[in-house]
Amino acid sequence: MSVLRPLDKQPGLNTATILLVGTEDALLQQLADAMLKEDCASELKIFSFFSHLARSLPLPSDVNRPRIDLIMFVVNLHSKYSLQNVEESLRHVDATFFLGKVGFLAMGAGQESHCSIHRNTVTKLANTYRSPLFFCDLEREGFRATVAQRLVRMLQICAGHVPGVSALNLLSLLRSSENPAPEDL
Amino acid sequence: MKKADIVPNIVKQYSNHAKEMDETVAEFFKRTILKIPMTEMMTILKAWDFLSEKQLQNVNFRQRKESLVQDLVLLCEKRASVHDAALLDIVCEDIDLFDMEQFKSSFKKILQRALKNVMVSFRDAEENAVWIRIAWGTQYRKPNQYKPVYVVYYSQTPYAFTSSCPLRSNIPLLGQALTVASNHHKIVKMDLRSRYLDSLKAIVFKQYNQTFETYNSTTPLQEKSLELDIHMDSRIIHENRIEKERVQRVTQETFGDYSQPRLEFAQYKLETKFKSDFNGDILAERKEPLRCLIKFSSPHLLEALKSLAPAGIADAPLSPLLTCIPNKGMNYFKIKDK
Repeated sequence: MSVLRPLDKQPGLNTATILLVGTEDALLQQLADAMLKEDCASELKIFSFFSHLARSLPLPSDVNRPRIDLIMFVVNLHSKYSLQNVEESLRHVDATFFLGKVGFLAMGAGQESHCSIHRNTVTKLANTYRSPLFFCDLEREGFRATVAQRLVRMLQICAGHVPGVSALNLLSLLRSSENPAPEDL
Repeated sequence: MKKADIVPNIVKQYSNHAKEMDETVAEFFKRTILKIPMTEMMTILKAWDFLSEKQLQNVNFRQRKESLVQDLVLLCEKRASVHDAALLDIVCEDIDLFDMEQFKSSFKKILQRALKNVMVSFRDAEENAVWIRIAWGTQYRKPNQYKPVYVVYYSQTPYAFTSSCPLRSNIPLLGQALTVASNHHKIVKMDLRSRYLDSLKAIVFKQYNQTFETYNSTTPLQEKSLELDIHMDSRIIHENRIEKERVQRVTQETFGDYSQPRLEFAQYKLETKFKSDFNGDILAERKEPLRCLIKFSSPHLLEALKSLAPAGIADAPLSPLLTCIPNKGMNYFKIKDK
């Protein structure tokens, strides 16, 4: 079974690739569209991945797929199915990816009554994997655009397009301000 | 030979021929009339409308069937042709000789005999349907015109549709009136409810799956994936295209391409034992079944269910408990352990 590794391929020239993993295809598509709309100097290549990462291995023709710079796991707090899918997919990601090149995005937190997953569950998940967690209502265009901006910026850093800042730097910056590491508590 | 000689010959041949025809027609009549049960004899003969009232009056319907049949055949064969016999055959086949006026008067009588104050109104509608409006009263009060019950009865089918009855005690009476007036033996309440009569009709008369015979199932899928390509930026790549197509295919197989009938609820009453993977789970040890009610509600339930798998909210194929709703004509289920 093939596992995603961050450095097993050569980087593309002036490109960056993000992998979005989540069950709700339509929303991932919209997020990807929003990211593309963002002005940016680098040419961005975006992959949209949905569901069954565990079952559908990366397509045999690995040659076509460039190096993945950032993976965002999208969880819908209204659906236990989406959390289950993300948890299964996480097993197929190499540990070295979690040095700043993975993030979690939780949507649907605004409607408490519809949430079947508690916010703490995703927070714990993100803490376990030492990765940043964003909350966003992807269905609202304004919020989606904001998250898209942040993701584009994060992607640029993870792909090495921002001089002086690496993915690991960014991770420690994010952690110290939002999510203190368990040993710091 | 003189012409005069030829003609009698021809006439003779004709009359022989006619006699032969009479014999086969008579036989046909005899067999057709024998098939009619005695209880329906009068109704069918009247519906056939060949013998006049007077003629029918002169026949003794109390004699044995064989003799009755002989009398009738004698009456018929003088004037009847094989076409009339065929018509009689058709009338026999059409057992459901429904008389709308008789139904209405019978229905009204049954209700009025049981309840003093009840007002029944009728309106004939298309497709052999009759709309009935019933305003219920009590022994001492006039019918309440603001809480009527509406019933639509399709006479060519064994189905009637009713609106919700505010006075639940009158429901059995209503059922009985419908049953007796329409010449049925019993009435069964279906577990199917909706606010849209057309949708209920579509489900019950199995008219919702109108697909064309010449439908080529492969072409629309190609069209759909083309649509995706056009809207998609080439910088966005879907990894799970194959899975997406599988989901689309399974959804189409389950729900078809037609628009679904409109329901607002699906309700499942569970009386099952709790099943658990953990050993020593307290709930699993209970001897009595757990009672649980699950209700799905939506402005358009079936369309919502259809969109679940393509939207990634559920796995395809969906549970048969959800997809069987139009097929079984139920949206209220009781599930018990077997």
